[in-house]
Amino acid sequence: MSVEVQTGAQPLDASPSGRVIVDRALVARLKLSDVSFRIALTVAPLIYVALIVALFLMLAKGSSEAFAKFGLSFTWNSVWNPVTGQFGGLPFIYGTIVSSFLALLLAAPVGIYAAAYLAEFAPPLLSKTLGFMIELLAAVPSVVYGLWGLFVLAPIIRNYFGPAVQSVLGFLPIFQGPIYGIGMLTAAIILSIMILPTVTAISRDLIQAVPAAQREGSLALGATRWETVQNVLLPYVKTGIFGALVLALGRALGETIAATMVIGNRPHISASLFAPGYTLASVIANEFTEATSSIYTSALIELGFLLFIVSLIVNGVARLMLWTIMRQR
Amino acid sequence: MIATPPQSADGAEQTDFKAENVTAYYAGRPACRDITLTFPPNSVTALIGPSGCGKSTFLRCLNRLHEEIPNATVDGVVSLNGTNIYDKGFEPIVARRNIGMILQKPSPFPTMAIWENAVAGLRFSGRSVGHKEQREVAERVLREANLWEEVKDVLDRPGVSLSGGQQQRLCVARAIAVRPRILLMDEPASALDPISTSRLEDLVVELSKEMTIIIVTHNLQQAARVAKNTAFMLSGEERVGELIEVGTTDQIFTRPNDKRTEDYITGRFG
Amino acid sequence: MAEVTASRSVKVRHMMSTLGTAGTAFCAGLASGLLLLLLVYVTIQGIGALNPSFFFDVPKPVGVPGGGVGNGILGSTIMIGIAGLLSAPIGIGCGIYLANFGRGPAAAGVRYLSDVLAGIPSIAIGLFAYTLFVQPFGHFSAFSASVALGILMLPLIVRTTEEAFRAVPSEIREGSLALGLTTFSTTMRVLLPAARPLLATGLILAIARVSGETAPLLFTAFGSQFWETNPFAPMAELSLQVFTYAISPYAEWHRIAWGGALVLIVVVFLLNVAARVVIKPVAKSR
Repeated sequence: MSVEVQTGAQPLDASPSGRVIVDRALVARLKLSDVSFRIALTVAPLIYVALIVALFLMLAKGSSEAFAKFGLSFTWNSVWNPVTGQFGGLPFIYGTIVSSFLALLLAAPVGIYAAAYLAEFAPPLLSKTLGFMIELLAAVPSVVYGLWGLFVLAPIIRNYFGPAVQSVLGFLPIFQGPIYGIGMLTAAIILSIMILPTVTAISRDLIQAVPAAQREGSLALGATRWETVQNVLLPYVKTGIFGALVLALGRALGETIAATMVIGNRPHISASLFAPGYTLASVIANEFTEATSSIYTSALIELGFLLFIVSLIVNGVARLMLWTIMRQR
Repeated sequence: MIATPPQSADGAEQTDFKAENVTAYYAGRPACRDITLTFPPNSVTALIGPSGCGKSTFLRCLNRLHEEIPNATVDGVVSLNGTNIYDKGFEPIVARRNIGMILQKPSPFPTMAIWENAVAGLRFSGRSVGHKEQREVAERVLREANLWEEVKDVLDRPGVSLSGGQQQRLCVARAIAVRPRILLMDEPASALDPISTSRLEDLVVELSKEMTIIIVTHNLQQAARVAKNTAFMLSGEERVGELIEVGTTDQIFTRPNDKRTEDYITGRFG
Repeated sequence: MAEVTASRSVKVRHMMSTLGTAGTAFCAGLASGLLLLLLVYVTIQGIGALNPSFFFDVPKPVGVPGGGVGNGILGSTIMIGIAGLLSAPIGIGCGIYLANFGRGPAAAGVRYLSDVLAGIPSIAIGLFAYTLFVQPFGHFSAFSASVALGILMLPLIVRTTEEAFRAVPSEIREGSLALGLTTFSTTMRVLLPAARPLLATGLILAIARVSGETAPLLFTAFGSQFWETNPFAPMAELSLQVFTYAISPYAEWHRIAWGGALVLIVVVFLLNVAARVVIKPVAKSR
C-alpha cells in the first residue's frame, strides 16, 4: 500500500498524504551517475599501473639487443668501447655503488644526529625553521648542485683538501693518485648533501613519534637527555632509520646531473677516491645523444634498465620497511 | 511498550516509523543486537545509555548511513509507513531524503555560504532549482530553524563563520530543507554551550510538533526536558548493545521496570 | 638505587652528554648552513648575469654580446605546463579513488607502487619517454619531455590529493550523505571544494619538483638555440641550458649558467614557500 511509484518531475520528498513517493526516473539517474562515477574513477589508477608496467616493458625491450649480444657478462665486463662495439657495464655499476654508499656514509651520521637535535633538543621555533631549511635542500635542482660542485668544491679538493689528506693518509690506496678535483670523492660529497634531507626528515619524524613513556622512563632512571637519545630513542627507531637510509641510498643511486658534472666521466675502476669514475646515470646522460649505432643505444638503455631494476628493489624494500613501521603505530 | 498513537485531531501527518530486530555489524561483529522500537509520530523519542552501548550505531541504521562504513552491515527491518527501507531495490538516498540527520559536531559545508548551506540538499539533488526558489527555501528553513533573525543580513558569509550553536541550527535548517518526516539527532548539543543547548532544545520541541524526532543523548536532563518517550540501551560483556527498556520519559525516570535502567538513571554507572 | 652506567663518574657522563648534544646541534647547523651557503654563493655568482638580455634573448655564440636564456624560460613554462595538463587528471583521479574507494589490497597496492615510482631515477623515466615518443617519430620533442616530467609529477599529485581529501573532516562527508546526496555529488560538490586548497598545494609542489629536472630532458626535449613554441619540436629548457653552459669551457657561458641557477633556485624556493607557508594555514583554518 505504501510505496506509490510515480515518474516525472515529482520530488523524492514527503507528501501530505504520508506515503513515500519515489521518483523512479530521478533515482535511476542518480544511481547511474554514481555507478559511472565509480567506473570513471577506477580508470585513473588503472592507467597509473599500466604506465608503470609499460615503463618496465619498454626499458626491457630497449635493452634486448644488447642483452642478446652480451648476456649476463654485461654486468662483469669492464670494457666500454663504443668504437669497437664492446660494451660492459662493470665500471658504471662500480661507480654507482661506490659513490652512493660513500655518500650514505657521509650523510647518515650528520642526518641522524641533526634529526635528533631537531626532535629532542632544539626549541620548537628553531626546530621548525632549521627543519624547513633542511627540507629546502631537497628542492634545490640537481644542476645547481653540479654547478657548485664543479666550480667551488672541486677546486677546494684539488687545491686544499686533497693535498692535505694525501700528505697525512697518502699511504692508503684510497687516497693515492693524482688529484683532479673532480672524482669519486667530490661526487660522493655532493650526493651526500643531496640525500641529507631524506635522512633527516624521516629520522626526525621517527624520533618524534617515539612514545613519551620511553623518554620519561629513561630520564626517570637518571639518564641525561643525550643518553636518552643515544641509548633509548635511536635504538627504538633503528629499523625505521634503516629504512630511511635505504631510501636515501635509492636517491643517490639515481642521481644524474650533479654526479655527471663532478665525477669525471671516465669508465675505469680505480681504488682511489680522488680518481674520476662513472655512474650508470652519468654515462647515459653523457653519451645517449651521441650513440651512433643501435647496439650502442641498446647498451645504454640496458644500463638504464639495470638502474631501474636496482632502484625498484631498493625503493621497494625501503618502502616496505617504512610502511611496516608506520602500521605499527 | 508504547501504544500506537491515534491520528492527531488537527490532521498533521502521522508517519509510522519503527525498527524491528535491527542488528548492526562492523565487519561481522555486532555492535547492537535485535533492537525493536516504535517511534511515535510528531514527538521526540530519546535514546539514552552509557557511551559505547551502540546508540549512535543504531541511529545510523535508521537512515542507512551505517552501511557507508566499509564492511559494515545491517540485519533487520526499518519500516517507514510500512515500507522497509532495507528492501532490495530501495535506494539508500531515498531513505536519507525522508529521514534526516543532525550530527554531533556542527558541520556546515566549509566552502559554502550560510544560505548555500541551507539549500545544499536541494541544489545537489540532481534536479535544477532556480536561484530565486533557492533563496526562498533558504529563508523559509532558516526561519523554521530559528536562525533567520540572526543571519538575515549576512547570508553570504561562510557557514563556518557562525558560532557553534548557530552552526548546529544551520545544519538543522539544511536537514529540514529537504522535508524529511523523521529527524535523527546524534548528541546534537554535546559540543555546545548551555545557552546554545537550550535554544537547540527549544527548536527540537517546536519541530517535533510536525516531525518525528529521535535524539541520542547521554545527558539525562536533556532527555527529560525534550523527550516524550525514552528508550534505554546497554551493552553487556560482549560489548553488544541491547534495548533494555522503553516507555514514556516520565515512567522511565520515575518508575523504571528494569533494575539496570534504574541504576543508570540514578547514576550508579555510566 | 640502580645505576644506569656503572663506574663512570657523573662528571664524565655530564661532559659526554654536553659534547653529544653539541654534536647534534653541529650537525643540524651544518645541514641548514649548507643551504645558506648554497643560496648565498649562487646569488653572488649569478646576480651579475641578470639583465634584460638574459631574460629576453636567445643564446648567442661565444664572443657575441648579449645572449640569454629567454627561450629556455619559455620552454620550461611550456613543457611543465603540458606536463601538468597530462598528469593532473590522472593524478587527481587516482587520489580521489584512493581517498574515497581505496580500501583493501588493490588500493594498498596502488599506493605502494606510487611510492616506489617516486624513487625511480628520472633518467630511466626519460629513457621510457624516449622509447615511446622520440624513437618512433625520429625526432626530439618538448612533448616527450612533458610526458617524462608528467610521470615524475604523478606520485606527488596522487599522494597530496589523497591527503587533501582525507583532511576534510569526516562529519562533512557524513552530513552530505545524510542529506541524501549521492556519492558523486558528495565527492565532487562538497568534498572537492573543501579539499581544493590542499589540492592546489600538491600541484604547486609537483611543479616545483620538476622545475629543476634536467636528466630526462637530455634526450627528449634535447634543447634548442631558438625560440620555439611547437611542442612537437625540440625545445630549450632553462635547467638544460644551465647544464650545457656549465660544462662548456667558456667563462662567459659559466656566468650565464650561474644566472640561470639563481633563477631556478628562486623559482623553486618561491613555489615551495608558497605551497607550505601560504596555502596550508588557509586550509587549516577551515
